[in-house]
Amino acid sequence: MRVSLATNTTSPQSQQRRWWLSVRRYLPIYLLIFPGMALFLVWTMFPLIYAFVMSFFQWNPNPVATSPFSGLANYTRALHDPIFYQALRNTFLYTIITVVGQMAAGLGVAVLLNTKMVGRSVFRIFFYLPVVCSWVVVSIIFSYIFSTGGLVDYIFGTVLHLISPQQNWLGDTALALPTLMLLGIWKGIGWNMVIFLAGLQGIPTEINEAARVDGASRWQIFTRITLPLLRPTISFASVILTIGAFGTFIPMFILTKGGPLHSTETLLTYAYTNAFSSFDFGYGAALTYLFAAFIFVLALIQIRVTRARTQY
Amino acid sequence: MTTPTPRDPSPKAAQMVRTTLTYLLLSAGAVIMIVPLLMMLSTALMPNQYALHTPPLIIPLHPTLANFAAAWGQNNFAQAFINSVVVAVSSTFLTILLGAMLAFAFARYRFPGRNVLFYGMLATMSVPTIVLLIPQFVLASRLHVTDSLWGLVLVYAAGMAFTVYLLKGFFEDLPQELFDAAAIDGAGVWLSFFCIALPLARPALAAATIFAFSTNWDEFTWAITSLNDEKKYTLPVAVQQFFSTHATNWGIVFAATTLAIIPTVVVFLIFQRYFVSGISAGAVKG
Repeated sequence: MRVSLATNTTSPQSQQRRWWLSVRRYLPIYLLIFPGMALFLVWTMFPLIYAFVMSFFQWNPNPVATSPFSGLANYTRALHDPIFYQALRNTFLYTIITVVGQMAAGLGVAVLLNTKMVGRSVFRIFFYLPVVCSWVVVSIIFSYIFSTGGLVDYIFGTVLHLISPQQNWLGDTALALPTLMLLGIWKGIGWNMVIFLAGLQGIPTEINEAARVDGASRWQIFTRITLPLLRPTISFASVILTIGAFGTFIPMFILTKGGPLHSTETLLTYAYTNAFSSFDFGYGAALTYLFAAFIFVLALIQIRVTRARTQY
Repeated sequence: MTTPTPRDPSPKAAQMVRTTLTYLLLSAGAVIMIVPLLMMLSTALMPNQYALHTPPLIIPLHPTLANFAAAWGQNNFAQAFINSVVVAVSSTFLTILLGAMLAFAFARYRFPGRNVLFYGMLATMSVPTIVLLIPQFVLASRLHVTDSLWGLVLVYAAGMAFTVYLLKGFFEDLPQELFDAAAIDGAGVWLSFFCIALPLARPALAAATIFAFSTNWDEFTWAITSLNDEKKYTLPVAVQQFFSTHATNWGIVFAATTLAIIPTVVVFLIFQRYFVSGISAGAVKG
């Protein structure tokens, strides 16, 4: 306190001295963050703002041509674009089904693995391997096993007679999106397994033992004790997975390009096609901004809903 | 309502049944996870006439490495491998070095603008990178770094938010006494960073490096958007080009994909515990 009183005397000399002191104090820190911050601001922050500006223009990628300001035209165009609604619907369907599917399967595997057992680490590696493989590679693998007369047709058609052995999985408007969903779930199970194993290991074993002594069945223990105690883990996983599922682009790009007949078109594939095939950068930017807004709202809702009752 | 279940008549037998069931379920799951990858490997190891064979062959018939040799020699694949190594190594080095500098400053110092900068950076983590794609492309073409490996390195290194987040947590946990002692000896911000924090952070740096490397090694969308020249393709782009041009030659396509994922799978198998500790750290903090 006394020190600050002393420096508060507003003689120009002491002000200058204070300024010099704070420069000496902060300059090395700013120099330390400068290179990384500059890179981040130029290549991440600036593009984020720039996309917003672009979305209000009939943007022409040719630097010599002029790009007329068009106000909200790109946004109103989206609201009158039937393909936009189709893409929106597909994005939401893909997100809901893959997020729920991955979490359910991953939690199931985690529960089965959450005991001392032989081969536990081997199972963990097997389930986690698809997470490590790149989207490009697993997409190509799925196009092979889901090709007409491929592995899936063979097992479910030729052997089990559940379907015709000649399905056109990725070329059929009814089957293409579900096939992409299966890929998304398959690739994500391992990640969920690891997250839920960490969550399960945080639950003290005494709680389960006490419940068993009181005569609770395994199912009761799972639904009444384990699931509620996993709420923070579920909350965390669902936010991360929703952002991930919303942002899924590579499998659609490689396997279907949004087709057939826009049946696998998502907001991202539609924005990409508009920008890089039709060179309509302004509309593409507007679509990605609508998309970012959806994510933001969804994440807020999810955090509210799942965090509401975490107190135990 | 809930009648207590009676004690099992023979707990040992019930336990046996339960264990068997657990193994059966887990094995079925593991088969679903692994068979697609095995199909890739076995198709890559067989002459092409056995691709899409009925019944599908998981154990290769007449195994051969011919597809690998053919893939390596085609479509500038070897060049793509080298490009990927150059791009992934240099962008990972930049991400880790600059990211650690940022994380250290955010973790150990209070300075004007600190919170705005840090939370601004964190917020961008929830924006899928593809939202940035269009403006990044415009920016890169104005700066003449499209169709260039430099453009890839810059954009990959700029995606350092997760590294900063991961390392900041680590730097925060270091004891303050270390830095007090260093300050008394006259060490400033930079010396403290390079001589105290960085050497102590080796395990965290390893985890961050593995994450950054596998992300940069696998990046596809920016690479295929910004690159035109075949000689500059990175592996994921080269693999996708293989797939679209040799669509029926599955043997060669899968030899290419196998070569492309070997580095990440090997890194994963060696450094498993870092992968696991990295994502669970996120889970606890999140």
